[in-house]
Amino acid sequence: MSDVSDHGAPRASVFAGLRLTWTAGLAGAILLFWLVLALFGPWIAPHGEAEIISGTTFAPIGEGGLLGTDKLGRDVFSRLIYGVRTTMLLALITTLISFAFGVTLGFAAAILKGWFDVVISRIVEAFMAFPSTLLALVVIGAFGTSITVLVLTVGLVLSTGVFRVSRALGYDIGVMDFVEAARARGEGTWWILTREILPNSMAPLIAEFGLRFTFSILFLSGLSFLGLGVQEPAADWGLMVQENVGGLFLGSSAALIPAACIASLTVSMNLLVDWFQQRQQGETVLEKIDQ
Amino acid sequence: MTDVLTIKNLHVEGRPPGGDYVPIVKGVSLNVRKGEVLALIGESGSGKSTISLAAMGFARPGCRISRGEVWLNGRDIMALPPHDRHALRGDEVSYVAQSAAASFNPALRIGRQVIEAPLWHGAGDAATLTAAAVELYRKLDLPSPETVGEKFPHQVSGGQLQRLMAAMAMSCGPDLLILDEPTTALDVTTQIEVLKAFRDIIRDQGTAAIYVTHDLAVVAQVADRILVLKNGETVEEGPTNQILHAPQHDYTRTLMAAVRPAPHLVDHIDPAAAQAPVISVRNVTAGYGALTILSDVSVDVPAASVVGVIGESGCGKSTLARVVAGLTPLREGTVILDGEPAAPAVRDRPRAALKDCQIVFQMADTALNPRQRIGDILGRPLDFYKGLKGRERAERVAELLELVDLPREFASRFPGELSGGQKQRVNLARALAADPKVILCDEVTSALDTVVAAGVIELLKSLKDKLGVAYMFISHDLSTVASFADEVVVLYAGRVVEKGPSKAVFSPPFHPYTKLLLSSVPEMRQGWLDGVADTSEARAASAASVVIGGTGCPFANRCALAIRGTCDTTAPAVRDLPGDLQIACHLPVGELPVS
Repeated sequence: MSDVSDHGAPRASVFAGLRLTWTAGLAGAILLFWLVLALFGPWIAPHGEAEIISGTTFAPIGEGGLLGTDKLGRDVFSRLIYGVRTTMLLALITTLISFAFGVTLGFAAAILKGWFDVVISRIVEAFMAFPSTLLALVVIGAFGTSITVLVLTVGLVLSTGVFRVSRALGYDIGVMDFVEAARARGEGTWWILTREILPNSMAPLIAEFGLRFTFSILFLSGLSFLGLGVQEPAADWGLMVQENVGGLFLGSSAALIPAACIASLTVSMNLLVDWFQQRQQGETVLEKIDQ
Repeated sequence: MTDVLTIKNLHVEGRPPGGDYVPIVKGVSLNVRKGEVLALIGESGSGKSTISLAAMGFARPGCRISRGEVWLNGRDIMALPPHDRHALRGDEVSYVAQSAAASFNPALRIGRQVIEAPLWHGAGDAATLTAAAVELYRKLDLPSPETVGEKFPHQVSGGQLQRLMAAMAMSCGPDLLILDEPTTALDVTTQIEVLKAFRDIIRDQGTAAIYVTHDLAVVAQVADRILVLKNGETVEEGPTNQILHAPQHDYTRTLMAAVRPAPHLVDHIDPAAAQAPVISVRNVTAGYGALTILSDVSVDVPAASVVGVIGESGCGKSTLARVVAGLTPLREGTVILDGEPAAPAVRDRPRAALKDCQIVFQMADTALNPRQRIGDILGRPLDFYKGLKGRERAERVAELLELVDLPREFASRFPGELSGGQKQRVNLARALAADPKVILCDEVTSALDTVVAAGVIELLKSLKDKLGVAYMFISHDLSTVASFADEVVVLYAGRVVEKGPSKAVFSPPFHPYTKLLLSSVPEMRQGWLDGVADTSEARAASAASVVIGGTGCPFANRCALAIRGTCDTTAPAVRDLPGDLQIACHLPVGELPVS
């Protein structure tokens, strides 16, 4: 015990002393690359988002644009750069929405317990019983295709998983002695939640955020591919796959490139989350070295 | 005689999170002969568990055996390939862990788990092995040996499970048995039966054994030789008799002194203090869900005094503290804090009432928020109860740290950077920050090493003298309570069986349960175990286990003096005896146990 405490690294920040593995380094670099493109896209892209640059549709790589042209003769490279903006921004917003709902309700259920917990949990379970894509299809079909409806629907669907995770975390941490100590002191629910429970659930919640972000990208791309997501002429990777899927038979790679981009983004995010979780668990396991 | 195990110049290293390997065991050598029990003693962090694991050629995740030789039955097992080393475990050497409850698979029947290792090693078919296991159960004095193997782990008591764990370890007839603190998690009354079973089976089978513990009195009962360890190095080694009676090294003497502190006996209750107790628990009944833990409990804590609450695990000690603190709502009765009846739930109590009564939890590791700095942990009650802010608050935090003998600089640290004893001091300082009239100490020293615990007790005493704070001191450790408490309350199955000034409680006449508790505390002399395990009380006590919520006297089923027809049907009334002593027992005063 005393041995460990002498060497126990202070955990002032979650990101202190990164200790990257090579997979995490590579994944981080890819994510950073896409982030830079998303932020500075309009200045980097050689052409406009919906600008038709060539009379040739499905031009191969190197002809017309850097990565060829799509079904209307637009520059695939430029649309890809505009697309990363849409894809990442929408995924970020939906993930934030799912966390706003899921975390609030999950921790509320864990702290208030009783009827509130029972009612909310059963409702969430009912939602989880539906296949998520089907649920989104029904809602979007009923309310029409707009970005607002899309984002809210996907956010709500994803929030069910976040709710389960937050509720479990809230229950686990809520019975620990330091929370009991705060309760015995007479602290209110708000203090206990924001000062005692939330800081101690940050690590699993950050990992969860990464995973939900990945789900969200896949989900949104899937909906765009089905024609229920982002609408033309805006660029979105899932939409680009759908637009250009006919080109596959003409030997065009215009559908494959955005698909590969989606894969690179989601796989990178997953690798980064894996690394993060291993690092967190590694700490808790190794803390007990000399027991 | 031949050596079963010889360890030469063992070095083990461990890696803390993100750090480099640091030495845990630094060049320890030892040997165990056939039929001999070697005890490894030392504080936590001394490397005693690590050495015992290394005797099997094993190191925990994050650790590695960096140098040294481990010879088992004339072979250097560190030179063997992992697969061959694996084959030795459970066959030539086996291991009994501290917590049997954590070592049994709750989903499988006990018998199947006991014969798992010999079955794997191909020692026979299931039927013959089961028959052999039943024979082991009988030797270990387990009730109904024929059927106990059919049960699931949750269906037997903790002491029985620990003995079943020994059966599991012995099932292959190992040459070396490693016992890693096998009785530390048990109550004193249970410890006796388990210790006796272990010792008898080791003698009976002529097995060599390594016994790891921090309790010298336990060592005196089982060990032939003792190896004292500190920080991964050998301090002293010798025959049990010599280490206990003529220790050569200062560290060994410190260890011995910390084990049994001198009793502090008070023979009266100050009438002035008793009139205005800071806590008065009146006829309280409480529990969780359908389960009633406390029934009709009354306890007073006079101002500036120490009331010790003792009893075995599950008797409701912690529930009592939680009821007083308002964390567990009571069903009947009242809790009066400083003359004012307190609301049952903590959220209905005014801050002034909360401030006067603070609680300190057992596990210092989990009682401090790992994401807050010590300064914030101590600063919050200052802000919450007194509205202190900024520099004033920081100044008071520094004072509090000095009050519990910690440096001021600790304010900027996180709990993870502190040792167990230091965390418990911070835990105490947090309670003191409110300037309470009384502190509920729930097993505050149980998770600490004896030497560190003795320091915490000293601190509690000096704080009491300095600040005039009262304590409700809950513990299962009688010698700690005896060294510290002015008054003692003995709880059994959620009822008060005896209470009074410490001198009256710890001297005759006793309640039969108090007598059992007192005689169960291991004494630091060899041969104590044989004497105590043969008494009628010990036999009666080990024949049954605690029943909560039955009719009659809760102790009747384990009491050697129980009166048939009375004790098992009618709950005894609390009787006042001379010297402010109260005993709940049907026995006439003259027949209560005296020695």
